[in-house]
Amino acid sequence: MADLEVDLVATDGKVWSGTARQVSAPAADGEIGILAGHTPILSVLRPGEVRVQPVGGGEPLRWHVDGGFLSVDSDTVTVVVDTAASGTRPASAGDSH
Amino acid sequence: MAGSQRIYKQRIKSTQSLKKMFRAQELIAASRIGKARDRVSMASPYSRAITRAVSAVATHSNVSHPFLVERSDTKRVAVLLIASDRGMAGAYSASVIRETERLIARLEGEGKQVALYVSGRRAVTYYTFRGRELVGQWSGHSDAPSTEVAREIADTLLDAFRAPADEGGIGEVHVVYTQFVNMVTQRPRVVRMLPLEVVEGVAPADDKGALPLYDFEPNPEVVLDALLPRYVRSRIFAALLQAAASELAARQRAMHTATDNAEDLIRTYTRLANQARQGEITQEISEIVSGADALASAS
Repeated sequence: MADLEVDLVATDGKVWSGTARQVSAPAADGEIGILAGHTPILSVLRPGEVRVQPVGGGEPLRWHVDGGFLSVDSDTVTVVVDTAASGTRPASAGDSH
Repeated sequence: MAGSQRIYKQRIKSTQSLKKMFRAQELIAASRIGKARDRVSMASPYSRAITRAVSAVATHSNVSHPFLVERSDTKRVAVLLIASDRGMAGAYSASVIRETERLIARLEGEGKQVALYVSGRRAVTYYTFRGRELVGQWSGHSDAPSTEVAREIADTLLDAFRAPADEGGIGEVHVVYTQFVNMVTQRPRVVRMLPLEVVEGVAPADDKGALPLYDFEPNPEVVLDALLPRYVRSRIFAALLQAAASELAARQRAMHTATDNAEDLIRTYTRLANQARQGEITQEISEIVSGADALASAS
């Protein structure tokens, strides 16, 4: 399966960049999950949690964001947020920020 | 004679302590400028992403937004001036203020009414001293602007742009700041921020032929409504960062020149002090010799 090129940028700098299997984010109409081959989309994000499942398995990376937007274009995902608090905590069940 | 020698010594001393201060300021500016330039480059991924998204919306939908259209109901225009909080930066503040004055004169020549927003204490005092009205002012952050300040400035301007004409609404926003070209060149620049002109050329060239069909969540209007304020914020933040880097570069250069000048002064005063000392010695010798002569001829 193809992978996604992910860029997570905040106002004052790039937060994370790399390849991932899956990205989920709090879109305007509800949680959105992006896999490779997703149709191009430009969505507003609500405050919530962005999760990135990096290539090679392991724990997903998490950030708490307070709004922004997300764009997907030919397997390139750009998450643009105002601020991203690095909640890089292990994905234990029911974990929330 | 002894007096002038003492005065020269005093001047040398005070110039030396000034030189130390100039040197310290130069070093401080030099150490901060790297950081300021890093911040400029760190903010660029965000503004690039946002510009791409805005041009994607502009290309894939034909929605309109208040920020994109000219307002014809008001003659008021806003000018945002970004200057420094402190002096000791040569002509930095003066040249950006001069550029602003030129812009104001041009806008008033077009029959517009200028509302002035100012960032940086030097520019604030410049205008308050002259009794000019400032609609908004910010200071205390010019050499390390934060995103919060950029947000505050942008929101003030956007609110004014959205306000109806009879409540002080403005029709255009111009920003005057200093662009950091390199360590030697910083150029005052005027840009029109609002209404926005989305530059199509910014969008990356699509070499796959057909343009992708975008989905907008929840719809293009809402997306644009969320994007455009962020776009303006990031542009204002970028302008603040550029201005900060320019300020530090200007300060470093000005302080370097001041240090050199202080060295020159010290050299000149040392020469003069030496001359005065020589003169004193010569005078003393001739006094002794003539005194001895007088004694010898009297006996």
